[in-house]
Amino acid sequence: MGAAENGRRPFVTRISGPVVTVGGMAGASMYEVVRVGELGLVGEVVRQAGDTATVQVYEDTTMLKPGAPVERSGAPLSLWLGPGLIGNIYDGVQRPLPELMARGGTWIRRGEKADPLDLSRPWEFTPLLVPGQEVTEGQAAGLVKETPLVEHKIMLPPGVGGTVRSAAGKGAYTLNDTLAVVDTPSGPVEIKMLQKWPVRQPRPARARRRVSEPLVTGQRVIDTFFPLAKGGCACIPGGFGTGKTITQHQLAKWSDAGIIIFIGCGERGNEMTEVLREFPELKDPRTGRPLMERTILIANTSNMPVAAREVSIYTGITMAEYYRDMGWDVAVFADSTSRWAEALREMAARLEEMPAEEGFPASLPSRLAQFYERGGAVTALGGWEGSVSIVGAVSPPGGDFSEPVTQHTRRFTRVLWSLDTELANARHYPSINWLRSYSDYLEEVENAWEKIAPGWRELRGEAMVVLQREEHYRQIARLIGPDALPDGQRLFLFIGGIMREGFLAQSAFDEADMYCPLEKQAALLRVIMALYVGARDLIKSGAALADISALPCVGRVMRAKTECPGVQELADLEGAVKDELAELSVRAGKGGVV
Amino acid sequence: MSLRDSGLEYVGASRIEGPLVVVERVRDAGFDELVEIRDRGGRPRLGRVLDISQDAAVVQVLEGTEGLSCGTLRARFLGESLKLPVSESMLGRVFDGLGRPADGGPAPLSGDRRDVNGSPINPVARRYPREFIQTGISAIDGMNALVRGQKLPIFSGNGLPHDRVCAQLVRQARLPGEKGGFSIVFAAMGVKRDVADYFMRDFEESGALERVAMFLSLADAPGVERLLTPRAALTLAEYLAFDLGRHVLVVLTDMTNYCESLREVGTARGEIPGRKGYPGYLYSDLASIYERAGRVEGSGGSITQTAILTMPSDDISHPVPDLTGYITEGQIVLDRDLFQRGVYPPIAGLPSLSRLMKDGVGKGYTRGDHPALASQLFACYAYVKRVRALADIIGEDDLSAGDKLYLKFGENFERRFLNQGEHEDRPVETTLDLGWEMLSMLPREELHRVSGEMLDEHYKKNKERR
Repeated sequence: MGAAENGRRPFVTRISGPVVTVGGMAGASMYEVVRVGELGLVGEVVRQAGDTATVQVYEDTTMLKPGAPVERSGAPLSLWLGPGLIGNIYDGVQRPLPELMARGGTWIRRGEKADPLDLSRPWEFTPLLVPGQEVTEGQAAGLVKETPLVEHKIMLPPGVGGTVRSAAGKGAYTLNDTLAVVDTPSGPVEIKMLQKWPVRQPRPARARRRVSEPLVTGQRVIDTFFPLAKGGCACIPGGFGTGKTITQHQLAKWSDAGIIIFIGCGERGNEMTEVLREFPELKDPRTGRPLMERTILIANTSNMPVAAREVSIYTGITMAEYYRDMGWDVAVFADSTSRWAEALREMAARLEEMPAEEGFPASLPSRLAQFYERGGAVTALGGWEGSVSIVGAVSPPGGDFSEPVTQHTRRFTRVLWSLDTELANARHYPSINWLRSYSDYLEEVENAWEKIAPGWRELRGEAMVVLQREEHYRQIARLIGPDALPDGQRLFLFIGGIMREGFLAQSAFDEADMYCPLEKQAALLRVIMALYVGARDLIKSGAALADISALPCVGRVMRAKTECPGVQELADLEGAVKDELAELSVRAGKGGVV
Repeated sequence: MSLRDSGLEYVGASRIEGPLVVVERVRDAGFDELVEIRDRGGRPRLGRVLDISQDAAVVQVLEGTEGLSCGTLRARFLGESLKLPVSESMLGRVFDGLGRPADGGPAPLSGDRRDVNGSPINPVARRYPREFIQTGISAIDGMNALVRGQKLPIFSGNGLPHDRVCAQLVRQARLPGEKGGFSIVFAAMGVKRDVADYFMRDFEESGALERVAMFLSLADAPGVERLLTPRAALTLAEYLAFDLGRHVLVVLTDMTNYCESLREVGTARGEIPGRKGYPGYLYSDLASIYERAGRVEGSGGSITQTAILTMPSDDISHPVPDLTGYITEGQIVLDRDLFQRGVYPPIAGLPSLSRLMKDGVGKGYTRGDHPALASQLFACYAYVKRVRALADIIGEDDLSAGDKLYLKFGENFERRFLNQGEHEDRPVETTLDLGWEMLSMLPREELHRVSGEMLDEHYKKNKERR
């Protein structure tokens, strides 16, 4: 109790779960990090009144007592940025989980500390600066080969520029070694591999760019129908069991971004383990290297402290910005932002804030906007181009998309991949509903797409029309039965079925199907559309749908996604489809049995 | 519960409200500390600190506040949070909702006392669950397979036979080809005495009783006690699994009652309610229970969880099943319609799901055709539902011949594949063969989700079909 009597040292006055009130905190700043109690539990100042501060603690506060000492750090919660991030696995406040396990075993004990990056590990450094050179912020002081896939630029921190006084030579250095000294207007600054950056503050860039490249995911329904641009933001809402997580995993595995950051925010432990076990074994389809060599995982599972969950998405996005500033295209996958919003709600309730919609704090929309606004394509301070794409999963309670998190997320993202319970129940994956989803990036990515597959935009448009009409006739068929429809209308049910099974559904477990390159996607769609156009014309001239659906090529089209490995085979199949249709047309023309 | 005799005692409370007691001027007590509360002549009751400041402690009394008086109650702070002594000898015993012996036997001898709240498992330390558990129930093994270390709840409704399904699952669950069954930790929260007795009788009849530890907080016990019951049970389960290397199956029933107790305490504290009055932290709180399952590196044991919850008015979007479904790795949904048509177990085909099935079945686990077969059955059964909806409108007679075939398939699927005896233990091969028999009623060319080789091997032309 000694601390309580000593008026100047901060001490705990009240504990209510993760919210702790601390006295003697005059001069503290918002979001300053403090260590609470004998165990040194990490917390953050979230409110002040006089010399009393309210602190949200990132760890369990069991048996913390009023009067316990509190230690101030004087700085906001900051990340360690430098070589060694890639391939690592962190909790929400950047504690390295493998290191914690090495120290504490299976369980995460309270007050456990570990450096986010290994300070003793030497990295091979190639300098790019010479003494006397004029340098500006964001410029690279040198290069480090972080993994075989990632070249890490050691950048001058934002705000640091001037004349190089001295520069280290080529060689192995640790994170805290001085690599260069730069004379700036405010005095000399040492450049090291290690930088620190406050987690809640966006990193600056020189300018924002218009997005133009699609983020290729190898998933047909996404790339062909609802593409995301590099630097864009997408939202995946879906009730439980609709395959949100597996869709996110697929995207994280196959996206052609240079760096992948996967944030497991309040989700299942075993799912995180699946990622942890799978990623090191999976090979990047473009380079053949293990995916972990370009991936950072942030795992704050649902049973880990809720305050750390709140920070975890900022931790992820700050790391993403750091790599963006080196010129990488980074993709951030947050699963799920609903859990993050719930953490906000939980903390707000503990702080006795006035609730707005469904108990969420009134600041929810602005917090979401701030997060998604940190995505984007930029010209970095160093002059090169980089981007951060964000894909946020949303878990609407009861699958009801009108709830606040889904609604507000839709306002700040331009792509919606709407997951559908009915499709998931029929085990149609990815269960992205093609009629309710949208992408607002079609214009932006058109040029890049057309370069790979000329005619994509038109083909996509025609296919969408077929899918819409299929739904229309399906509704009617639901009332009167499909047999009551004329062949010209049943054709849409027939082609729609082929489109569903043969194009939209894609197996995450089938070697031949899990990744589909853009040119193959276009070729496959072209085959299906050739079948549609040919069949439509035949029916117009009096052929029966039953004869068309009995053609041998129909089954081949259905299975083409797995059985045709490349564009050539698909082109051959397209030829076969046309031939068979032509032959049928001849038979029909001769007045044979049709 | 061995309690230390130390600790300061305070006389009188400033306020008593529902399960909460406010004690003023408490010194040196911690958050979540255990408190023993007595009043004239009454038995001591346990409580814990929910909120503490320099002036007052808010104590949640776990065993009810009836008969307590502001003027005379005495509160003793015990200097630690709730701990459960754990030992192997707890198997075969019955405990109350706080882990104290309730079968008249002595307290288990143990020097090892564990915090019932546990600690989160480091995700890096987890091992991914992969071993298929054969439950002998076709609807589960064939379509929603359970693996060791999974948490798979049963979503049910009032009056549905969830207890019988759960008892059958517990009775029959084993790894194919492995001797020895699971150790079972059973936690009852707010269920009736009959239900607890039913399970106890069933354990007895199947000879499992000496492998079962029961934690009972029945309907007549104070609601707040239930908040600790699953935690005490899981603390023992963790000890058995990760310290002793046993395979533990945890049964939690009924989680809806647990959530109601949580709501009761939240309301008494004047918290801002979330959906349907449940507290905003319901998700995190449920996660702190459900996530205590799985397998970890360096231990041969595992915890497999199955929680029963009754969906109020069969509403799967009610907060309790909804949030549970977001945490657990799938769900087994019982269907009233199937039940009324006499199908047992009435496991709904489409909304049921096992997320870990994909990694626990197939080649090397069950049989190579298992995943594709399950997917095909799902697809066909989904189509049956559509045909039935259509038949409701245009009448069965006007359906196409193909659709009529699907109706027949659906009927057989429910009557022969889903339906089975309560004591019928079907090996997984039988289940799979039965699945193929069902598919063989449909035209071969409509089965797109299974490969040609599988069709060649398993698809039989059904002789009776003309």
